[in-house]
Amino acid sequence: MTTLEKTDPANPIPVRANSSRSGSPRRGSWRIVVVLLLAVLVCAMLSLMVGNVGITPTRTIQVLFSADGSQASAIVHNLRLPRTLLLLVVGLALGVSGALMQGQSRNPLADPGLLGVSEGASLAVVLAIFWLHISSPVAYGWFALLGAGLTAWLVFSISAARGGPSPLTLVLAGAAVSALASAIITSIITSNVSTLDQYRFWVVGSAAGRGLDAFWQVLPFIALGVVLTVICTPAINLLQLGDDAARALGVRPGLHKFLGVCAVMLLTGGAVAACGPIGFLGLVSPHVARFVCGPDYRWVVPYSGLIGAIVLTLADILGRVIAGGAEVQVGIVMALVGGPAFVVLVRRARLIQL
Amino acid sequence: MSIPTTERLRPALRIGPTSWRLHPRAVVCSASATVLVAVLLVVDLAYGDLRIPFADVVRALLGDSSGVNAFIVRDVRLPEASVALLAGLALGLSGALIQTIARNPLASPDVIGVNAGAAAGAVGYIVLFAAAGSTAPSGVSADLAIPLAAFAGALIATVLLYAAGWRRGLDGRRLVLVGIGIAAALTAVTSWLLVAARLQTAASAQVWLSGSLTGVTSSNELWLLAVIVLVAPVALWQGSSLNIIELGDDTAHALGVRPSRAQAKALLCAVLLAAVAVSAVGPIGFVAFVCPQIARRLAGTSRPPLLTSALTGAGLVLVADVITRLWLTGLAVGVVTSLVGAPYFIYLLIRTQKDHLS
Repeated sequence: MTTLEKTDPANPIPVRANSSRSGSPRRGSWRIVVVLLLAVLVCAMLSLMVGNVGITPTRTIQVLFSADGSQASAIVHNLRLPRTLLLLVVGLALGVSGALMQGQSRNPLADPGLLGVSEGASLAVVLAIFWLHISSPVAYGWFALLGAGLTAWLVFSISAARGGPSPLTLVLAGAAVSALASAIITSIITSNVSTLDQYRFWVVGSAAGRGLDAFWQVLPFIALGVVLTVICTPAINLLQLGDDAARALGVRPGLHKFLGVCAVMLLTGGAVAACGPIGFLGLVSPHVARFVCGPDYRWVVPYSGLIGAIVLTLADILGRVIAGGAEVQVGIVMALVGGPAFVVLVRRARLIQL
Repeated sequence: MSIPTTERLRPALRIGPTSWRLHPRAVVCSASATVLVAVLLVVDLAYGDLRIPFADVVRALLGDSSGVNAFIVRDVRLPEASVALLAGLALGLSGALIQTIARNPLASPDVIGVNAGAAAGAVGYIVLFAAAGSTAPSGVSADLAIPLAAFAGALIATVLLYAAGWRRGLDGRRLVLVGIGIAAALTAVTSWLLVAARLQTAASAQVWLSGSLTGVTSSNELWLLAVIVLVAPVALWQGSSLNIIELGDDTAHALGVRPSRAQAKALLCAVLLAAVAVSAVGPIGFVAFVCPQIARRLAGTSRPPLLTSALTGAGLVLVADVITRLWLTGLAVGVVTSLVGAPYFIYLLIRTQKDHLS
């Protein structure tokens, strides 16, 4: 995790330092991508089956493809299918945007919320609750998207420079704008109890009670974000060498940074709009991905996305089961279980240099 | 050995066989920061419901204890103002240490779980005990019980951090990653408590979480003062080892510094400082993040200057205290530090950005 405050462009050790240590260098492979995809399918299947009412695998598949008006069919189609789709898409978006953000900012502590996107979206939702007394998750979604877009634009223009913002300035501007938004949120919710009451349930991050409309609402944004990601990911590896080296190798740093920021904004904004600000996942899944496939961003980004989808779905299933009839919000479960799991992982694996 | 002549010789301070590099701009910076903090302290003590002349404030501070003004200054306002000053010092220093150890400007005590531990401790106490007893959650004992619960939470987080981060020695950067995991788990505990609690309890916990100076007592002040007096000199002394570690582990070994041990020691100092500050005033994470960065830009150094960061922290919290007392009376100090500090930091960022462009 060597990230100096001023990265020395003449000294691109980080990428190579890893392979000189013991053992063969870790690389990504299509085989593991297939394994991860299978794991995603298994998780999705589990998410359809497990809950207050358990449904057998054969029955689940049966009612999934032909709705027959039975109770099992209603549960799968009305409750669990929208939620599972939403979780998969949001997990994917957070994982991908976390990896992008760490690559763009060359900082292992960067998480997708760092552009101010999460806090900006939260601020927009709080203002919607406070001024307009809005209380439906889909309406929150539109406000969250608006807030996410505005803050990302603000952060990008604060740190704007020729050839794109320097990673350090981008990250610091994001953190400062986030802090400002969060201070405004706190000053509203400490003075207005009814706003706090609605906000505290939105802010922990939950996929419960969202229908298919929430899924269709955020899908276009996340899909566009994924397309931009595919375009700008190969250049991230070169941008790690510093802007000058990247330019010499044929990358246009300004353009690629702009595309990357747009992708992060769309992915994170979509995810926050759908499920509320789920922290931690975007920060951790790139690290988990790097433990498997080493520092090559062409592999880290897809791995991280798939891992994000798996972890988020599993956390949601766990949240449905652990509290008996009640339900623990997915954001809470994920951090509660994922935190210690991440600690164990960090202890066991040797550190990957960024 | 000859010194490369292209580099201008830096001024140095030499006493016998030892010498320190003198960084004139940093020295000027910390001197003026000290003066500024002193002025802010006097202003903080002078303004309030009753305006007290500056001369009286200074006289009361210097030991004159006769008269109403002296009573107000020394017994009513001084505890709050000095907690603001000390907590700011502790948070600024702690942030600078952690950012240096992690070599990452985003690292701060709240990233590695100290604030999350304190928050979980305090919110746990508020939800489980304070709310169960009476309708008004602030009893007489709550004044001390909440800071103690917070401090216990922060200590538990620290013990977890070192226990989980220990693997054939300590590595500063691994500790930060471990801290992220611990912080996430503890934050989840806090949010779960907030969601599970009754609304009134959640609201009073939220007030503590936003960081407030109301209700601080002189026992908070003594705690803070004791920890700062014990830990800050050690931390400042570690600064030189941290400087050497920046040169790389091999060079550090050759110069007689054991990197992992020095980092672990400095991190312990940082965590203790943050824990005691946060338990007194609530988790104001932003001060520890932004002050080292502001100080670095003002002093023009390559990494956060420890002393200037601490003074900047004290200045920021004092300014926030003055503002909450005079204008934004409903807001918590922690919120105002962000409302004031963030725009100023953004201004600094834009200005340095412009310098690079021209």
